[in-house]
Formats: sequence, C-alpha cells, structure tokens
Amino acid sequence: MSYRFYGGVHPSGFKTLTNDRPVKKTFIPKKVVLPLSQHTGVPAEPVVGLGEMVKVGQLIAKQSGFISASLHASIGGKVSAIAYSPTPTHPRALSIKIEASDNENQEFQGQFRTDISAFSKDELIAAIRDAGIVGLGGAAFPTYVKLSPPKGKTIDTVIVNGAECEPYLTCDHRIMVEKSKEVLKGLEIITKILGAKEAYIAIEDNKLSAAYAMEQALKAFSFQLSASSVKIIILKTKYPQGAEKQIIKAVVNRTVPAGGLPMDVGCVVQSVGTVFAIYEAIYLGKPLIERVVTLTGSAIKEPMNISVKIGTLISDLVSAAGGLKCEAAKVIAGGPMMGISQYMFDVPLLKGTSGVLFISDEDCREEPESVCIRCGACISACPMELVPTQLMYMVKNENFAEARDKGVANCYECGACAYDCPAKIPLVDYMKFGKAKI
Amino acid sequence: MSKPLTVSIGPHIKSPRTTKKIMWAVTIALIPAGAAGVFIFGLDALRVILVSIFAAVATEAIILKMRKKDVAAIWDGSAILTGLLLAYNLPPGVPLWLPVAGSIFAIAIGKQVFGGLGHNIFNPALAGRAFLMVSWPIYMTTWRQPRWAVDAVSGATPLAIIKNSEFVGMANASLWDLFIGNRGGCIGEVCVVALLAGAIYLLVKGYITWHIPFAYVATVALTSWAFNGTAGVFTGDALFFVLAGGLALGAFFMATDYVTSPLNSKGRIIFGVGCGVLTFIIRKFAGYPEGVCYSILIMNAFVPLIDRHTYPKWFGWIKK
Repeated sequence: MSYRFYGGVHPSGFKTLTNDRPVKKTFIPKKVVLPLSQHTGVPAEPVVGLGEMVKVGQLIAKQSGFISASLHASIGGKVSAIAYSPTPTHPRALSIKIEASDNENQEFQGQFRTDISAFSKDELIAAIRDAGIVGLGGAAFPTYVKLSPPKGKTIDTVIVNGAECEPYLTCDHRIMVEKSKEVLKGLEIITKILGAKEAYIAIEDNKLSAAYAMEQALKAFSFQLSASSVKIIILKTKYPQGAEKQIIKAVVNRTVPAGGLPMDVGCVVQSVGTVFAIYEAIYLGKPLIERVVTLTGSAIKEPMNISVKIGTLISDLVSAAGGLKCEAAKVIAGGPMMGISQYMFDVPLLKGTSGVLFISDEDCREEPESVCIRCGACISACPMELVPTQLMYMVKNENFAEARDKGVANCYECGACAYDCPAKIPLVDYMKFGKAKI
Repeated sequence: MSKPLTVSIGPHIKSPRTTKKIMWAVTIALIPAGAAGVFIFGLDALRVILVSIFAAVATEAIILKMRKKDVAAIWDGSAILTGLLLAYNLPPGVPLWLPVAGSIFAIAIGKQVFGGLGHNIFNPALAGRAFLMVSWPIYMTTWRQPRWAVDAVSGATPLAIIKNSEFVGMANASLWDLFIGNRGGCIGEVCVVALLAGAIYLLVKGYITWHIPFAYVATVALTSWAFNGTAGVFTGDALFFVLAGGLALGAFFMATDYVTSPLNSKGRIIFGVGCGVLTFIIRKFAGYPEGVCYSILIMNAFVPLIDRHTYPKWFGWIKK
C-alpha cells in the first residue's frame, strides 16, 4: 500500500520508446574525459600524472574530505591531459582525459566473491567508498556518506527507489527487469550495514514488468546477511515521486522536516542503479566505471538502453549508437524535467547522468512567456507545497528576504510548477535565482 | 552540427495547457447558457452578446496598441470572455449602446488600467456591470419575460418580486421554471441547467476547482434557509434562493475567475463563503434584489489579504 504526497504533475511518459529494449553491452570508446567533480562535495584529487599508463578500474583521483568520491579509470590507456574541459554540469571543470591504447585489455579484471558474510559493516562501507559510488539517480551524493549515519541516528527503513519518475528514462526499469537478483543482493548489503528492519522496493505502476521481475526474484531469494523484511511497493505514477522526500512520504508516510535529511526520519533512499553499483563493488570488486543510460528522444535513430563507460563523450556515443535521424534542437543530459540542456555534443557522461535526450525541432517548442493569470496550477503542482507564482514575483521584484521567509530554499527545482504553468513562465529560473540570492 | 542547440533551464517539456486554451474552454462552457438565453428572450439577446464581445475586443486592441503591446494578445480569449460575461449580465432588451459602454469600461477601467490580463483586482465584466448599474439603473432593471409569456415585454425577476412582497409564494416562477430558465432575468443567468452543463465540463477538465462554487452556493443555501424564511429561522426556501438570480453564473463562472480569486484552496473556500454571506446580506437587507455582482466585487478586493493569510506551510514545515 502506498500513500499520497501533495502536488505533482502527470507528464506523458515516452517510456515505451525504450522500456522493452534490453541493456546493450558496454560501449568502449577511444577516449574518455573524467571530471574530478562528478559528485556533490569536494572534487577528487588526481593521483596519476600526465602520460602515465592506467588500467581499467585503476584509481586516478582520490576522495578528498568526507563528502567526496574517488574516481577510477573507465578505460585502460594513457593519461593524455589533465585540463579544464566542458562537462554537462559546468562550463569548465578540471578533468582527466584518457586515450585508449590498442594493446590494453579493456575488460575489467575483478575479484569475484560469492560469499561476503566475512565482511564487517565498516569493511563494506569502506569498499563502497573506495569504489567511488555516488547516487546514480542524478544528485550524485556520495553513497557511503548516506550509509554511515552519525551516532544517535538510527535507520530503520531502507527504500530502493525504483520510481524513475522522469519521463523518457528507463535505465532503472531495465536494471530491475534484467538484474533483479543483483539488486536484491545489493539491498541486502545496505540493510546489513544500516541494520534496518524494513526494506521497500518502490516502483511506479508504469513499470509493472519490473515489479513482476523483482517479485519473482524476491520469492526465490534467501536473505543471509540480514533479517530485514523486504516488500515491493507499487506507487501510483506521478512526477516527482522519485524525489527522496516524496518517495519517503509515499512509501512509509513520514515527512522529512524542511531542511532535514531522510535519516532524520529513519530512512535511507538509494536508487536502483546505485544498489546495483553496490552489488558490483562488493561481489565483483568493481569500482563505478560503468553505468546504464537511456539514449532516447525523437531525434535519435535508435532509442536504447546501453551500458557506457563513465566519461564517454556524448558525440562518441551517438555515432556508435547509430546517429541521429534528424537534427537535434536540444540535447539534454538527464531527464526532460530536471536534466541539463547542453550546448555541444562533446561533453562526457557523468556518474549521475541517467539518460541523454535528443529532442527534435518539432518537440522543442519554446513557447513565449506570458503573464501569470493566477490560476494556481503551480501551487497544486509543487510537491514542497510552496507558492511558486508569489515567489516568482518576489524574486522578480528583488525582494529576496521575503522569498527566503516564504521558503524558496525548500525548492529543489523539480520543475513541476513550470511544467504545469499555462502562461509558460520559467518558474524554475526564478526559483534558482532566488535561491542563489539568499 | 550546423545548427546551434537550444539551451534552457528545465523542464524541457511543458504541459499542453495554455492561457489561451483555458480562456477558450471557459468561453465554450458558457455557450449553452447563452444559447438558452437567446432561445428564451429572442434575437435581441444575441445582438447584445455580439455587440458586447465586439466592443470588448475592439477596446482591448486599441488600448494594447496605445500601450505599445502586442495587439495579437486579443486572441488569448480574455477580452472575448469579458465581453461575453458582461452581456450575460445584462437584461436582454437593453439598447445596444449599453453593452458598448459597459465593455469599454470593463476593459479600459476594469482591466487595462491595472496593467492588463493578470493584474486586475476586480472581475472586469462585473466592474462593467456595476458601472452600468449605477449609471443607467432604469435600463439595467427593465426585464423581459420569456418570449412565450403573455406579457413578454416587461415584468420583474422572481427575486425582485419577493423583495417587494416579502413572500416567496408570490414569486412568478416555480423551482422548475428557475432551473430551466422560464423566468425574467439577465441573458446568461436564467437557464441554470445550461450553466451547470458548462460548469461540469470545466470541473471535469480541471479548469476550475470545486472550492469557490461549492463554498459560495452552500453558504447562500444555508444562510437563506436559516434567515430568509417568512415563518422564523430555518424556514427559508434554500433551493429557491440558490436557483434564483445570477448565483449559478456568478458562482461557477465569475467568482472562479483566476485573476481575481485567491490562489490556493483554503483561500478559495474563504472567498466563496464571503461571497455567499455578502450575497445573502444584500438580497435580504440591501436595496437591490440581487447581490451576486457586488458581493463578488467586494470579495475581489479582499483577495490579496486572503492570499497573504493563507500562504501555505510547506512540506516538512517546522515552527521557528
């Protein structure tokens, strides 16, 4: 049984473009660009020098500080540059460029384990940290930090986030269908670390095939590491259900206090992709060097889910995937609601990039902004129960103090308000500006 | 890549609903009531409607031009809607210069003076009607009975009759007559069933929410039942007071005007209750038999205050 969260919108899903397409084998590019800051927190520190040869999976930049993540070579080859380069999230960011060498074996040589019961909690956390795992849903928050709550905070509930509420994206859907058992194994590791009694796998009802696969796997699965109960929760599809605070409300009906974290209400939320990465890190000894992305949109010849090396340039990926069928008007890293539109194709895929959208001219109708008619659509859409239109006027009038008092900082830019606005006011722009000014 | 890529902040997809679509949906929802009005009162009513719309759109175009705004904005439907609603609030037999004067006032003073669409405080159509009411009260209270009535040219509305007789039984219309529109009144307000059809369309499609109409109608029904009876408290004919006058038109189509009503549901309930209480007070105690127009206008003035005091507590709100 699931609960209701306030607000939300119902954009068309476009998921049928790719939701029945199995994840394609990893594409190995000739070069990768690995920005040092692909995660929330302090950028990683390079530990390799220019011209050095690196192997697949080798540590190339180490975590620096508590909230940070290590970075590994996603292909084997030569470090050809450590320089500023454009990324999907920053115009210029320090990145390590690796060029593949022909004689290098591009298969990752991991250490397979079948039994991990000997690992202690701390060893598991350290392994996850050293694998450079971050939240793969988009925010890219270092995962090990979420798994080591400060003293005094007990976590009783783990939620595997399979909502995948962004339209178009289907990578988590495919992982749940194809790697159900591995996801359960990953979940088992998390519950062991946290000692949580309850675990939920929350899936929106537009992915029933994933729910079915997970249910079958759950029936056949015997938990050895922890004694938590695992339930599959079917959620009613609504954007932004995959947002942490909203999925906690929908699954266990707890309200994360404003400005607080899920652990304040005893919850940890991990996306399906992250849970799978945890499985790979522990059972295969494999750092986060690959991820599944959805390549989709009206402009791409063949929409697909594909496993890619972190740092693959979008341009390389597009040509390898069969190219575009018409000129793209917009290229978006991520989903259509919260993704970031790119100005060029030569940007790398990051750890947190769950999809790349190629939108053609017809679909990219940028409608002119008109005046607010006070219809209240943004208010009924805002999952944080803010009043975007009034905040918009406060920001427009540079009345930032009032915007702060009216809670603009609670906005996490899901875009539900701007999606539903009949006057097509770019409300997220105003919220971003207001947040930057307080 | 020859063509530059479009870069913008998300969301990169937008709902198909636009301001224009909303305005046209409300206009379409009002067509049954207008058609009924024309059927009941004859082609004079249609002339009033067309002249009113034309004057409203022309005024909007001229003022937009004067303000150096894009004149194409007249097709957003808001001026057409104002003209239409104003005509619905006029008696069917008025001389044609009256809707022209009303529309000019509604658009120029009611809307554009405040900065145009989205910025006006008062419902423009009602402002226009109030202006006509105080300027030419005789024309505005010369009613016609339906075409088929014996004395079709003059006569009073049911509310006006009971206002003067203090006795509901004297009203010249049964509840059924009120419901289907067999009575004297304004062009668009008489046929409640046609108004309801349009209102249901708007509600089902999500163009309006139930809060204002429900609060408004329920308040009028309760107060009338409690205090508007002839045999003491709780003897009023609630249904009569709900069906009579312009309540259906006002509650579903005028009070729900986005621009001049509160933003969130709590505020909308307060607004609806306020309209209901004022309507009752005007009908019961004031000189006018009908109070829908003025009560909505008065509550319009309170909207900024209501909005300020109903600002929601956001998700996870903690007391500071």
